Amino acid sequence: MTAPVLEARDLAKRFPVAGGFGGPKRVVHALSGVSLSVAAGETLAVVGESGCGKSTLANCLTGLMEPSGGSLLLEGADVAGILRDDPMRFRRRVQIVFQDPYASLNPRRSVGDTVADALRIHRLAPRARRRTRVAELLAEVGLAPEHLDRYPHELSGGQRQRVAIARALAVEPAVVVCDEPVSALDVSIQAQVINLLRDIQARRGVAYVFISHNLALVRHIARRIAVMYLGQVVELGDAAVLRRRMLHPYSRALFAAAPEIGRPSHDPDRPPPLSGDVPSPIDPPSGCRFHTRCPHAEARCGAEEPALRAVDDRLVRCHLAEGFSIPKEP
Amino acid sequence: MSGLALFWRRFRRNTAAVGGLVVLLLIVGAAVFGPVLHPVDPFDMLGRPTQPPSARFLLGTDVSGRDILAGLLHGARVSLVVGIVASLAATVVGLLVGAVAGYYGGVIDNLLMRATDFFLTIPSFVLAIVIVAIFQPSIFTVTAAIATVSWPSVARLVRGEFIAQRDRDYVRACRALGMRDWEIILRQILPNALPPVIVVSSLMVATAILTESGLSFLGLSDPDVVSWGYQIGVGRSVLRVAWWMSAIPGVTILVTVLAINLVGEGLNDALNPRVQQR
Repeated sequence: MTAPVLEARDLAKRFPVAGGFGGPKRVVHALSGVSLSVAAGETLAVVGESGCGKSTLANCLTGLMEPSGGSLLLEGADVAGILRDDPMRFRRRVQIVFQDPYASLNPRRSVGDTVADALRIHRLAPRARRRTRVAELLAEVGLAPEHLDRYPHELSGGQRQRVAIARALAVEPAVVVCDEPVSALDVSIQAQVINLLRDIQARRGVAYVFISHNLALVRHIARRIAVMYLGQVVELGDAAVLRRRMLHPYSRALFAAAPEIGRPSHDPDRPPPLSGDVPSPIDPPSGCRFHTRCPHAEARCGAEEPALRAVDDRLVRCHLAEGFSIPKEP
Repeated sequence: MSGLALFWRRFRRNTAAVGGLVVLLLIVGAAVFGPVLHPVDPFDMLGRPTQPPSARFLLGTDVSGRDILAGLLHGARVSLVVGIVASLAATVVGLLVGAVAGYYGGVIDNLLMRATDFFLTIPSFVLAIVIVAIFQPSIFTVTAAIATVSWPSVARLVRGEFIAQRDRDYVRACRALGMRDWEIILRQILPNALPPVIVVSSLMVATAILTESGLSFLGLSDPDVVSWGYQIGVGRSVLRVAWWMSAIPGVTILVTVLAINLVGEGLNDALNPRVQQR
């Protein structure tokens, strides 16, 4: 595998929250010990329920939030150091596309100005060439030059998301973190935007960290998948391997819950849906964080926190993972 | 620009605001051209004191025999200039303080907001009197005093707008691009925070005119210029025999302030996004 462009090592993010009256200060553990990496030109999908820390991860990966622990490496160099000494270098390499294209564009700036901002800040095109360059970028995302002078409210959701993608691409980044980039769009538009992202990747070799809760989508576009639960990566591996079989009971339940056309509703191999709610990240459960909802939990799971370890060609955070893998077929 | 045309179409729908705008334009016209069309020094004693309105003195004379109309026209300049300059100054200061406090939050916000609270807790008219009394009363100090007591409300408003905007995705996208803070504040957030500020500042002109009138009524304004409040102060002693002497500048203040308020309300309706959906 090629060297990773962006790598998180043991990343943690804690938010202090005020306790009640006179209560003690409490801490939300949004991310704990997240290690993952994305290689040049590949797509890493991060999936999980809402509240599992996906968006916090997006914020930390793009330098919008400072992690409370662990480290982030950009092409092998420590990001904290780069952000201190030469932040523009990091900003040119790592970009973000947000979920809601209605919120991610400034309503009072024209499309052309918004995209041109990126070129201007990074001095990527002289003033005289800027408009031409913006038009090229818009063309790359499938917009016409007449969109240059439009305002966001004159565009559809899909068109706005294309503008947001063009803005991220303007600085020619190595990694684009896509934080649920299509979940706010109409289903008919989602496929267009996904295909656009794939075309761009094929053309430019840009890597994506694709954050999503849409499992069907993730299986469709990702080369590798990371499943997150309560701020931790519970299973991480090649999409092809995970498609064959998931090992962590949470990933199994999550992917089983996703509707899929052509699958019988009473598939005997299909794990039952999860019961209960996600526990609060303020006081995450002891031991394995999933043991409170896990149908296979044993005494050990509540006491001892499992490590992320290699089982059956992937990394999984479960004491019982071996038991879930199918015996090798002859 | 289509935005401006849209704004005007919405503003035009409010009849009261359009009426206020017409009255306001008449007053501004009187302030600008009045002293030219009626070239009389408002301090010249031209005739018998305390005359009722007549053909020679259209609005009569005051206790020293000075032409009230001339005073009214010159006073319009003073009132409007003081009102507008004080509001502009207060708006600029309020924008600056509010933007920095709201955008950065934390300790900076705390410090700036406690300073703002200090000004807000003292009754503004009393504070204005104190400031003018400490410094020499002049047009400049009166304007500065009014601006000093007016900026905190703008700062509060702007801070709220900035807090609401600073974590929006479009701002985070700018941060992810490495845009500098001052550019995010001025170029990205400010245009979005401005509509309610325009409304408040326009209404502040009315308050500033009232404050200036109050100060000059008490004799705390520049002694070398005539203003409406000063004229009321002069007429006060003969209120029972020559009521028009106080009533004429009084009604002028009332009409001006009312017109500004109507225009401000109209601006609010035209700029407030919630009303747009009607």
